[in-house]
Amino acid sequence: MKRVIALVLALVLVFSLAACSAGTGSSSANGEKVIRIGVFEPASGDSGAGGKKETLGMQYANSQVPTVEIGGETYKVELVYADNGSDQAKAPAAAAELVGKNVAIVLGSYGSGVSIAASETFKNAGLAALGVTCTNPNVTAGNDHYFRICFLDPFQGTVLANFSMDKFGAKKAYCLGELGNEYDQGLIAFFKDAFEKAGGTVIADSFPTNNSDFSSYINKAKSEGCDVLFCPVSIAYATQIVSQAAKLEANFPIVGSDTLDDNMVLAAAKGTDIKLYVSTFYSEGGNADFDKNIKAYINENADAKTANGGNDTISAVTAMGYDAYFVALEAIKAAGSADPAAIKAALPSVVYKGVSGDIAFDEIGDAKRDTAFIKVANNETALWEFETQQTAAK
Amino acid sequence: MEFLTSQILSGISLGGQYALIAIGYTMVYGILRLINFAHGDVFMVAGLLMVYMSTVMPIYVSIPLMIVLTVLLGFVIERAAYKPLRSAPRMSVMISAIGVSYLLQNLALYATGGQPKTYASIPWISNTIHIFGAPTRVVTVVTPILVIILVVLLTLLINHTKIGIAMRAVSKDFETSQLMGVKINSVISATFVIGTFLAAVGSLLYFTNYPTVVPMSGALPGLKAFVAAVFGGIGSIPGAVIGAFIIGICETLIKGTDFAVFSDAFTFALLIIILVVKPTGIFGEKTTDKV
Repeated sequence: MKRVIALVLALVLVFSLAACSAGTGSSSANGEKVIRIGVFEPASGDSGAGGKKETLGMQYANSQVPTVEIGGETYKVELVYADNGSDQAKAPAAAAELVGKNVAIVLGSYGSGVSIAASETFKNAGLAALGVTCTNPNVTAGNDHYFRICFLDPFQGTVLANFSMDKFGAKKAYCLGELGNEYDQGLIAFFKDAFEKAGGTVIADSFPTNNSDFSSYINKAKSEGCDVLFCPVSIAYATQIVSQAAKLEANFPIVGSDTLDDNMVLAAAKGTDIKLYVSTFYSEGGNADFDKNIKAYINENADAKTANGGNDTISAVTAMGYDAYFVALEAIKAAGSADPAAIKAALPSVVYKGVSGDIAFDEIGDAKRDTAFIKVANNETALWEFETQQTAAK
Repeated sequence: MEFLTSQILSGISLGGQYALIAIGYTMVYGILRLINFAHGDVFMVAGLLMVYMSTVMPIYVSIPLMIVLTVLLGFVIERAAYKPLRSAPRMSVMISAIGVSYLLQNLALYATGGQPKTYASIPWISNTIHIFGAPTRVVTVVTPILVIILVVLLTLLINHTKIGIAMRAVSKDFETSQLMGVKINSVISATFVIGTFLAAVGSLLYFTNYPTVVPMSGALPGLKAFVAAVFGGIGSIPGAVIGAFIIGICETLIKGTDFAVFSDAFTFALLIIILVVKPTGIFGEKTTDKV
């Protein structure tokens, strides 16, 4: 009898999980023409929060313009999702899932490591992939199918190094990144290059994955007398670093990359004395219409609000996801066909004016961008404030 | 000087938090000869429960409620996933434990949607104080004191109460004590209740110090607490506590040097060395072969 009860309990646990995962999936079987856009983003793992915000931008764009004209016919645009789990080992399987669902073009991913890991799968399927906020040079280098609409890490690292020197007169910087994460390590290398070239010194450290004790690193930065802490890390780590730096009364400013541009990080900085600066793709207030409409969309839609971290602050990645969707539509229109190969051929010549600025591609497949927005956290209101526009050139 | 003080302080508090998890591993192993892989995830669930409850109710209600719910979870896991396998080979129970671990992680992933959750700041223990000029949180000082009090209470419980005597009997010989009339199921349940209670207290202290909860939050502390339990001699409570403090302090000290990258490698290298050199750990019981 007890055995039966135990079995029932175990089954209840299992089915509650199964019930949670069911209920997705959509179909439009009423004969209308459909073109599918693959959304290759993390919905779980370290970068799950960022991936969801980027996806949110695409979903909003899709709700605004749900159709596209191809050769005089109206196609319904359907977003198809695959969760790469922020994990380079899972990325190829998620990519294959999209290929299996016959998508015409792929958007994503948030995070360069997973994009690089999935690149081969998209290449073999003859698909074009459009990176939204993956900033590592290796995403587009040496291939003709991966493109991106954001700036690159060499640019971003240089911008942040210049900013640290201009704004704080920093001479010594402490860099902290996740061990084995290409995004973190890449940015630190570029930051270090630029910072040392300009006469500064850099101490760089790496922490292991899933680490949550950062007090030792912050203590080290303090005792070494560093003027600035540069940590281009994932959101979950950034919140830890900010709150632990506040606890240890760190008096140096924290400078972060585009990943730190997130509500969670702002919440961690709220009420502390930490000076937090980030570089990013879009600053709220850059396009008033877009801001107003997407805020309305987020506030009306409970799922969107949850994906955005429970409030209506607009992340730069959301604006980028929005732009990426329209760049993809432009490519589809230019191709005049739903054929992935034609879209891939049409993409490099697409020129589009998005909310985050003008988008055009160079011969490598990268967007030509020359400025980054720097934002500073307001520790009382927990909102970002526009600091400056910084270029790479000194 | 401030640097060293600060490092040692965070090492001691980290060690204390590992100790509270390690006791749960060591007690369950002592009695069931089971490495309860789900223990670290129970610790994470305790953190998440607190995150969700502290938004809807005052802190003095949510803390006791969180501890009660976590203990209940530990109890239910034992009844649903381990008890039916009591007469099965030990390996089956271990696999069941791994299954529970993954189930908890994925349920947490579903509940949080992959977003990191910020832990509530608990009044008083999250305040900043200065010790020898080094700023730290009150929790850093509270942790080792609380650990010592809890361990003393636990030792008293094991040495001087009826359930404690039953626990020692069961850990010496499972079958004989059953024949002697010890109610084996209630003893095992009590062990899980105590273990999860300590994990819940540990999570309260740990997440006050490191206030971000993600579904994988329990994995690394759980693994390190397990190493601490092996290091101290699995099955021995004082061993687990001392092992946890050694690991916590070494880890933070290494992170402060140029070898910061190897801080985790050190912990696991220690595990291998201990297993090779002294498999029973510092305080481990000697195995005597009976004919």
